Amino acid sequence: MTSLLQAVAFDSWILHVLVWGPMAAMLHVLLEDEERSGHIAFGWTLALFVVSLGLWWSFTVGDPGFQMASSVPWIEAWGVHYALGIDGISLFMVLLSCFTAPITILGSFRYITRRRKSFYALMLLLQTGIIGVFTALDLMLFYVFFELTLVPMYFIVGVWGGKRRIYAAVKFFLYTAVGSLLMLVGILYLYAATAGAGDGSFAYLDILGVSLSMREQLWLFAAFALAFSIKVPLFPFHTWLPDAHVEAPTPGSVVLAAILLKMGTYGFLRFLLPFFPAASQHPSVVTVMLVLGTAGIVYAAWVAAVQPDAKKLVAYTSVAHMGFVVIGIFALTLNGIQGGLVVMISHGISTGALFLILGMLYERRHTRLTGEFGGLARVAPMLALALVITALASIGLPGTSGFVGEFLALLGTFETHPVTAVIATSGVIFAAYYMLPMVQRVLFNELDREENRSMPDLSRREIFILSPMVALMIVIGVAPTPILERMEPSVEAILERVHTTPPAEEPADS
Amino acid sequence: MTLDFSTPAHYLLALLPEIVLSVWGTVVLLAGVWKGGATSAPRAGSGNLAVLAMVGVLAAAFANGWLYGLTPGQGSTMIAVDRFHLFANWIFLLAAMLALAISPAYVRRQRLQEGEFHALVLFATVGMMLMGGTRDLIVIFLALEVMSISAYVLSGFNRRDPKSAESGLKYFLLGAFSTGFLLYGIALVYGATGSTNLGLIALAIGSDAAVAGLLHVGIALLAIGFAFKVSAIPFHMWTPDVYEGAPSPVTAFMSASVKAAAFVAFARVFLVGFGGIPGSWYAIGWWLAALTMVIANVIALAQTNVKRLLAYSSIAHAGYLLVAIVALNQNATAGLLFYLLVYTAMNIGAFAVILCVSGHGEERLGIHRYAGLGARHPALAVCLTIFLLSLAGFPGTGGFMGKIFILQGAAEAGLWTLSVIFVLTTVVSYYYYLRIAWYMWMREAAESDEPDPVTVPLTMRFAMGAAVAVVIGLGVFPGGGVGFARAGAEGLLTAGALLLGAAP
Repeated sequence: MTSLLQAVAFDSWILHVLVWGPMAAMLHVLLEDEERSGHIAFGWTLALFVVSLGLWWSFTVGDPGFQMASSVPWIEAWGVHYALGIDGISLFMVLLSCFTAPITILGSFRYITRRRKSFYALMLLLQTGIIGVFTALDLMLFYVFFELTLVPMYFIVGVWGGKRRIYAAVKFFLYTAVGSLLMLVGILYLYAATAGAGDGSFAYLDILGVSLSMREQLWLFAAFALAFSIKVPLFPFHTWLPDAHVEAPTPGSVVLAAILLKMGTYGFLRFLLPFFPAASQHPSVVTVMLVLGTAGIVYAAWVAAVQPDAKKLVAYTSVAHMGFVVIGIFALTLNGIQGGLVVMISHGISTGALFLILGMLYERRHTRLTGEFGGLARVAPMLALALVITALASIGLPGTSGFVGEFLALLGTFETHPVTAVIATSGVIFAAYYMLPMVQRVLFNELDREENRSMPDLSRREIFILSPMVALMIVIGVAPTPILERMEPSVEAILERVHTTPPAEEPADS
Repeated sequence: MTLDFSTPAHYLLALLPEIVLSVWGTVVLLAGVWKGGATSAPRAGSGNLAVLAMVGVLAAAFANGWLYGLTPGQGSTMIAVDRFHLFANWIFLLAAMLALAISPAYVRRQRLQEGEFHALVLFATVGMMLMGGTRDLIVIFLALEVMSISAYVLSGFNRRDPKSAESGLKYFLLGAFSTGFLLYGIALVYGATGSTNLGLIALAIGSDAAVAGLLHVGIALLAIGFAFKVSAIPFHMWTPDVYEGAPSPVTAFMSASVKAAAFVAFARVFLVGFGGIPGSWYAIGWWLAALTMVIANVIALAQTNVKRLLAYSSIAHAGYLLVAIVALNQNATAGLLFYLLVYTAMNIGAFAVILCVSGHGEERLGIHRYAGLGARHPALAVCLTIFLLSLAGFPGTGGFMGKIFILQGAAEAGLWTLSVIFVLTTVVSYYYYLRIAWYMWMREAAESDEPDPVTVPLTMRFAMGAAVAVVIGLGVFPGGGVGFARAGAEGLLTAGALLLGAAP
């Protein structure tokens, strides 16, 4: 496999293809007629996913740096580069995004019935933005892709969403924009700082070389952390999330939960820790992040437990899961960060699958209230099986992907902050407390509603959508080592940088 | 060839684009007379005068390109043949071109005198180009009057429409009032420094030969005069009414290029003339910028008439541009030029769509009229969405690059508070720009609305296409534009620095 990839110079083109392929697909969709748009989009994203699998083999295990990196000047006058590259952290985000795309599009076939062409075009544009975010090695390029994901998502929620779709879309947009624009000021500050030695540059590696005083680091940390915390979303910046999830059409929710939220935690790892090492281990900063992460885990679990609307329930579980990621990251231990990364992957798969299953139920019954269902296990055994495994993975049962991630994250947190770890562990119990009753209300209980008796089981298309996701939940749960060994060097490099880079001297004045 | 202005011929060469356009304006005027008065019934092919005027703009553009080959002479000459002037000319010519392209259908529908209308657009453009191209306060004043009087007449041009007439009168009275400030400021600065030439003024200030008290009052009055012209808050009161009442093609033209001309002159007077004593006007500029950004964006949230909404949006943009002036460095000045270029394209583009949607007599201006536009006229809606995203400053559009450019300058100058206000008010602006977008794409038209007769004539399509091309082109590959704008700023600022360096 490796020699084949080398023969076609895989490393030199793969990232560019993954970024711009979806945009080419978008143009293709726009040129074709409405009827075929879904199939074209599916074909393209499936092909891109297959190609992206090559990354697994061509990625050099043990190399902490950026691989397959390339850089050409984009706006020379400003030192902006079109620079792409991946390391052990972004590798999995890219793979996850490429994996989710065809599944999401296949899952939209029955849900999206009007303006299909525009819908698939926007989904593909979104995909370009997503891959761009995870591969960009230039801050301006990253920012452009980061913002580029907003517009398609705004329209996906606003045009194809539920009753309060406009409210949800605008709230989502403005919340995210506040954070990202303040981050833009921070980016420009870093740019001005690089200009000290000749021309300014937005390149990631150039900015890593900038030495900042503690004061500067804390301010910039705040600007970047706000942007990413809103995206994650970290408690108390999460209020846009339930609205956006509930109103978004199923495919929108899936991409939002599976991928867009990860941009926030990815930003923590890619930018916050390496750029502001001193601020990242400042005791107050660590305390604040750990407290907010833990609060999110516990609070979201309580709120989720009382939601009659299944989609809203799953939306809150996202807040809880992302809380695990945040405490794992700010524990600043190898286990913690690796655990956080595995939670990101696991949450992307399991929550994506949950939203897809809820969407399938909605297509059948046009309701999302758990009380409307009951006893479905008898009429739709396949669906029941998928929902049970997914729910267990989401809770974090041993043997599923959720367990590996949460266990490692908690273990890593326990090494440095045992009290936080103990409180956060209660979140795992709460997860069972909200998830299992939901499953029971939907699948078990009495089959007391006439409409539910004739509910069809999963169609072949739906089985095709869910089976790879379910399989992955179990595979990662049983054999996480190949994943962990690929991320470990990059995570270690970040930790080493955090622990060994002292802040610059405070300037005498100001 | 080097220009040294020793002979009058050199003045003629330096002013070639302006002269070409003035002559052409007269030709258009005469052609209009030959074709017959406005009372005659509209005929097919009466867009020809607009096309004729566009040819004149092209000719002036050629002349402007030719000027790049000349080497400007040393010294603070009255006519500045620097890159700043030439870049500004591109902005005005682009604005004139787009405005001429979107106006014929309206002029024909409203039975306006087309010869005069299009000639006035050209004359106003001549005034703007002069404003950007002179180093003498008196010439700036004259150019400002040429531009303003044309603009007053244009905004009241549809005199059968009371709103247009009101707009013209309001614009004239307040414009004349503000010109008074400007003129008085010029007089005081002359009194304090003994010259109306910006270079000599800078020299006098640099060598402490100026009378400080008089000078500061003069600078403040000039700042007020320019603040009126760029419609900075609190001197913006006329803007929403005038922009709403004036015929849409005129509003498009005014909101883009009259503002641009005022900014170009503002920048030259303050950066070259008073760049040596920024302390005397820094605070004024800072507060004008901050107030303008905050108040305009907040008021715009409440607007339901799209023309008024864009009027407040244009005031908000004046706030962003003021940040560039306050930053007082080369990046920010280049950002100002770049932003004005993009702003011209996106603003006129947005008004072009409004003109198409607003119907026969511009009665469909409520934002609810845009409900369902995406389904009925997808091409128009896509264009307007692009312009709105660019006005909002979204990545992928020129508006974003313009904002980045100005923010870079502000960062270099250490204006962090102003930068934060800049980005936070930008978030506020997202709301009202997106509101139009959500009406277009996310709402269905009300049953009661009769189907609207939207027609998009050929020249209009050309204008929209060109505007989209500029907005997207500068958004994706801004490199060339950035380089030109930098050269422009360098031309302005090094000239100023050279003069100061030459002080005895």
